[in-house]
Amino acid sequence: MTAKKLLIVVLVTAMLAVFGGAVSAQEELSLWYHGAGNEVERTILMGIIEDFNASQSDYVVSLEEFPQASYNESIVAAALAGELPDIIDVDGPVMPGWAWAEYMQPLALSESALGDFLPGAIGVWNDEVYSVGLWDAAVAVFARKSVLEANSIRIPTLEEPWSWEEFDAALVTLQGTGEYEYALDLGTAWTGEWYPYAFSPLLQSACGDMIDRETYLSAEGVLNGEDSVAFGDWWQSLFDRELAPGTSQDGADRDTGFIDGKYALSWNGNWAALPALEAYGEDMLFLPAPDFGCGSTIGAASWQFGVSADSENPEGANAFIEFAIQDEYLAEFSNGIGLIPATAAAAAMTENYAEGGPLAVFFALSSEQGFLRPPTPGYAVMALEFEKALADIANGADVQTALDAAVDAIDADIEANGGYGFGE
Amino acid sequence: MASLQNTTKPSGLNQDQHEALVGWLMAMPVIVLLLTFLIVPFFMAFGMSFTNQRLISGNPTEFVGLRNFQDLLTVQLLTLDPLVDETSGELLRDEAGNPTYPKLRDYTRDEETYPQYFRLQEWFSFQRNNSITYVLASDVVFMIALFNTFFFVVVIAPVQGGLALLLAMMLNQKLPGINVFRTIYFMPVVVSMVVVALLWRFIYDGSNGVLNTLLATLTFGGFKPVDWLANPQTAMPALMAMSVWQAVGFHMVIWLAGLQTIPTLLYEAANVEGADWWQKFRFVTWPGLRNTAVFVLIIITMQAFGLFTQVDIMTRGGPVDTTQSVVYQMVQRGYGKYDISGGSTISVVLFFIVLAISLLQRYLTREKN
Repeated sequence: MTAKKLLIVVLVTAMLAVFGGAVSAQEELSLWYHGAGNEVERTILMGIIEDFNASQSDYVVSLEEFPQASYNESIVAAALAGELPDIIDVDGPVMPGWAWAEYMQPLALSESALGDFLPGAIGVWNDEVYSVGLWDAAVAVFARKSVLEANSIRIPTLEEPWSWEEFDAALVTLQGTGEYEYALDLGTAWTGEWYPYAFSPLLQSACGDMIDRETYLSAEGVLNGEDSVAFGDWWQSLFDRELAPGTSQDGADRDTGFIDGKYALSWNGNWAALPALEAYGEDMLFLPAPDFGCGSTIGAASWQFGVSADSENPEGANAFIEFAIQDEYLAEFSNGIGLIPATAAAAAMTENYAEGGPLAVFFALSSEQGFLRPPTPGYAVMALEFEKALADIANGADVQTALDAAVDAIDADIEANGGYGFGE
Repeated sequence: MASLQNTTKPSGLNQDQHEALVGWLMAMPVIVLLLTFLIVPFFMAFGMSFTNQRLISGNPTEFVGLRNFQDLLTVQLLTLDPLVDETSGELLRDEAGNPTYPKLRDYTRDEETYPQYFRLQEWFSFQRNNSITYVLASDVVFMIALFNTFFFVVVIAPVQGGLALLLAMMLNQKLPGINVFRTIYFMPVVVSMVVVALLWRFIYDGSNGVLNTLLATLTFGGFKPVDWLANPQTAMPALMAMSVWQAVGFHMVIWLAGLQTIPTLLYEAANVEGADWWQKFRFVTWPGLRNTAVFVLIIITMQAFGLFTQVDIMTRGGPVDTTQSVVYQMVQRGYGKYDISGGSTISVVLFFIVLAISLLQRYLTREKN
């Protein structure tokens, strides 16, 4: 090929690219997603996008992926630069912050669209739905039937979970057998969001909370109230009595300790369920959270889709989201990456969550026990303060002082932000 | 040809002006980089520390005066007298016979009665003549971080500098294969601090870490394993040891360069005079290293004040704040808590501290003529 021919080819290609785009009247919709690097997730999402693009002729959705660790920063940077995509993917507890900062606009889905979704998969801020998830996640006490029976420990049910005394006694009994390094693996190795996600529901179960949910304006008397202090005392005693590994737990032990038999019980999520089932089969149990007095609760809300405030085509963005939350896609995601599908109909279509399926219990946990982390923009600070307080308490800090410090920081932050839109 | 000549000699500029212009042009890339990434951000941080700027916010940014500095730096003293039995006038004592005091919480969480103590927390306390004095701070975590950082600097500067000098003197000999040793000691400097910190986490691991295993082997099992990074007593020393190990090679090379500028003639003269090892070090080597010493000291101090990576990766400020550092708190606030103004305030405070210390160091190490 001569240089001249090459030039012609390049020019023709360039013209095609320019005019080819202009000829079609389709509007382009950009979608940002947090799951870069996960091949399965990408395939499923691309499938949905292709189906959507083929199903109508008004819009074309294009996908851009980010690694999870830098996804939130990318959105914040894009928002500052006014370059947000049309459709964004947002983690449940982060959503109110983005909605408050006007990164997002309320969804405009048809009324029946969210009818039988799990409560944790719907993101509400200021009485309006801003985001919806294709899945949720759930946490359970991982246990072995044979171990519980050998130690005459009652197997709890959703209707009758362990009480606080029962749970504590079970831990002491299991530790007493001497067969385990620790009776309970809480996952303290997983710093960051795991703490508020996994442990704040336990605090709620003990009648405490991270914030006064009536006003969302102060944590005073709630996070440092009697109930929370009682929970903190018990939390500290878990480590003092060496019933659970402390904050220096090895990450590898967290991943395999329960399967290796180092821990008798493990507080872990549905994403870790399949390896445990493989290891223990019929003997494996996924038990509901204990009830510390105010009901038994677990964290809810995972990644969800929403429409950015800057979108020039909100109708198209909403149309895509409505298209994506069909049961078949929910089921496909669940089969692909093991998460809990957001509707019962989709659950019935999956291998693991259909009735009688190995993980069906998680769907029940999610719909019965799911409890949202405080839906307020102040959550970012609450989450960090809560983690710091629990880690400090585990390492021997005075319980009341640690919780007071968290309350002061949370309240000061809420004040500095003019109440985050509450109490106006 | 005529036009070519014109371009080599611009009209209206004499030789000096021309040279100055070329000089500025050549300096331009660096000046632009320094301006955009150092000087402008510094003034922005300075400006933001007087506002309530957030990373994510639905509220407009407002000027708040010195509030950020007040929230960060307020320190108050509160002295409490022991409780007295009202009828007998005697001190109320607890079971162990110690005097008892009113609860600190009653003072710090009561905005109406004691607005001056509201939301202050106990930093530390001391007892004198039966009464107890609390030092309260509005931001105890920052105060602890500041104290920890100073402690880190005070230990690191002499230990790292001294060890580096020792290594440099050992390696400043003409022995076969000495370059191999120089390379070995320099190696950790080349490895990223993030990687070093991750590796040392395995070394310090409480259950099956290399350090515990090694100590157990050396003492024939007599050593009881320590969870180095989770124990408040050992966490900071562990970080220090690892930091020294990582950076000592860099300063060793600087010392080495300094040592090689000292003329061998002086050592030969000292030998003729019959000077012993110490005298040679005291009167030849050390005076010859004067400028190097000033440089090494200032560099180590600056780097130590920037303590961040090790903390972020190995301990996240724990256990119970024993490894909090100023820069870690700066990042934690700015990006973790979306509080850009709070992070900026810390960076301004840190700037003045480091500035004051380097001015002091310059003054103390000045040439005394």
